[in-house]
Amino acid sequence: MGEASAGEPDGAHAGDAVVATRALTKRYRGGQLAVDGLHLTVPEGSVFGFLGPNGSGKTTTIRMLMGLIEPTSGTAHVLGRPMPRSARAVLPHVGALIEGPALYGFLSGRDNLLRYDAADPTADPRTRSARVAAALDRVGLTAAAGKKAKAYSLGMKQRLGLAAALLQPRRLLVLDEPTNGLDPQGMREIRTLIRALASDGTTVFLSSHLLDEIEQVCTHAAVMARGRLITQGPVAELSAGARGRLVVTTPDPADAARVLKEQGVADVVVADDRVTGEAPERDLAEVNAALVTAGVRVRGFGVERASLEEAFVALTGEGFDVAG
Amino acid sequence: MSRAEAERRVSPLWTLGLFRSELLTTFRRWRTLALLGVLAAVPVLIGVAVRIETGDGSSAGGGGGEGPAFISQITNNGLFLVFTGLAATLPFFLPMAIGVVAGDSLAGEASAGTLRYLLVAPAGRTRLLLTKYATVMAFCLVATLVVAVSALLVGALLFPLGDLTTISGTRISFGEGLVRALLIALVVAASLTGVAALGLFVSTLTNSGIAAMATTVGLLITVQILDQIPQLHALHPYLFPHYWLSFADLMREPVHWDDLTKNLGLQALYAAVFGSAAWARFTSKDVTA
Ligand SMILES: Nc1ncnc2c1ncn2[C@@H]1O[C@H](COP(=O)(O)OP(=O)(O)OP(=O)(O)O)[C@@H](O)[C@H]1O
Ligand SMILES: [Mg+2]
Repeated sequence: MGEASAGEPDGAHAGDAVVATRALTKRYRGGQLAVDGLHLTVPEGSVFGFLGPNGSGKTTTIRMLMGLIEPTSGTAHVLGRPMPRSARAVLPHVGALIEGPALYGFLSGRDNLLRYDAADPTADPRTRSARVAAALDRVGLTAAAGKKAKAYSLGMKQRLGLAAALLQPRRLLVLDEPTNGLDPQGMREIRTLIRALASDGTTVFLSSHLLDEIEQVCTHAAVMARGRLITQGPVAELSAGARGRLVVTTPDPADAARVLKEQGVADVVVADDRVTGEAPERDLAEVNAALVTAGVRVRGFGVERASLEEAFVALTGEGFDVAG
Repeated sequence: MSRAEAERRVSPLWTLGLFRSELLTTFRRWRTLALLGVLAAVPVLIGVAVRIETGDGSSAGGGGGEGPAFISQITNNGLFLVFTGLAATLPFFLPMAIGVVAGDSLAGEASAGTLRYLLVAPAGRTRLLLTKYATVMAFCLVATLVVAVSALLVGALLFPLGDLTTISGTRISFGEGLVRALLIALVVAASLTGVAALGLFVSTLTNSGIAAMATTVGLLITVQILDQIPQLHALHPYLFPHYWLSFADLMREPVHWDDLTKNLGLQALYAAVFGSAAWARFTSKDVTA
């Protein structure tokens, strides 16, 4: 939309964040409130998981960040600049896959990428074919590059869409469900690719329903429900939010339960040879030492972390139906 | 923005890459080639029909009044098939082809979803719109030239060529006739800039390529009909096809510029009005498809 000059100073309040939104709100023309007062902060260098049930406003948020739709109210800064006003300056540094790939069916995979690259006025035409070849290679499509895109399978299209996001070195990658339709090998490769990009310093903003995927690759995450942000932070903290449980395996469960209660462990439950309780704040080594001192024979001692999936369901509710 | 920006030295010429890509994409579409094929076939049909009709030595059109302009002259000089071909395709075939290409230009990208990827590339909304309009104009020119060249080839194959008589009765050489034919083709192409802008505007209104094409062609037909209703003659000078056939005035000696300039002025007006409307709409539009 607007054309900001490349030399404009960064937005003062955006700080180090690659993406920063303040009270970002979108009401679609039909009256649907899709995103409601979103305060989102994506730290530089993070792999940021963006979670939420269907219809919770993830894609809408991404569209606003990419300048495709105008927020109803609130602001969004990407790479320190306001969107959509600075789209021309910001977007060359951003690779995006939004709501699945979109391709020209009558063009080959390679020609699709050549076209998208030509659309970027900051892309050097002298290096275009080399960059296209490198991007195709990165997503494993070199052999199918000459095939018409309409003959691509779902996963091949998804890979080509990813390749389009990788045509240039990017500071930010925005990937809306990037592993949709990929085979297990493809998913693994994409995860490896995301890790490699992240270690090169690219910030990755990743929306996905696959929680183990988020748990495996993301350093940070945010959870949306019904257009509102429920929580955001480092992934370790989010799953710790649904606090882990201390698990002691022992042939002396009664003694163990008594000692654990003495040590301040709450909600102690005994089941056969397993004694579990809420992990206390204090150093667990001391708890273990207390068990041993009391003569309890310990076979196993550890904390079982709640999975992100459990944390997610705890945050967004069990219901299967999509909010209207 | 320090690191990555320092690495990228950008040349202003690179911005033209999108226009080149747009031309390639448009002319590689089956639909574009089919439209051009239909346009090329029209002069062939006229030429063959005239040839069959006049095989017994009589002249076509029965002395004028019937059929498209200049048709009675074709048997004397194949070059007249160029003028006849353009006169026959200008009221409907040419603008319909432009309507299809212009109507689909943005709406087609929206329905395929490719629009969002062009915009995040980032193509820039104004730049993309200008590129699309320039491409539609290029298509106007190519479509007109396809009719003209096809007509010239068929005319040369089926009929004699040589000096020709203008509408005013003066003789001009074949070379000068060719120059006039080229000039007429350019004027015909320019006559289509109004429909092109209209189609582009319609294309910004919807996310369905088919709907945009159908609407544009529908509007074209409606306006052509309105232009034929005598009771509406007060309206006629503002309808974009009204002065289209003024290109024939280029075959007078001296040339009558009156209606020609009115035509070009009207096209410029339509291009300005609907171009601005398309810009206002497209630069503020939510792209959700
Ligand atoms: N173009 C649109 N016009 C009107 N309402 C829309 C539009 N796009 C989305 N919505 C509504 O906005 C809400 C959020 O949709 P959005 O696509 O952002 O969800 P999402 O989190 O991406 O869901 P999913 O996980 O299914 O992709 C939904 O209630 C949806 O019905
Ligand atoms: Mg979505």
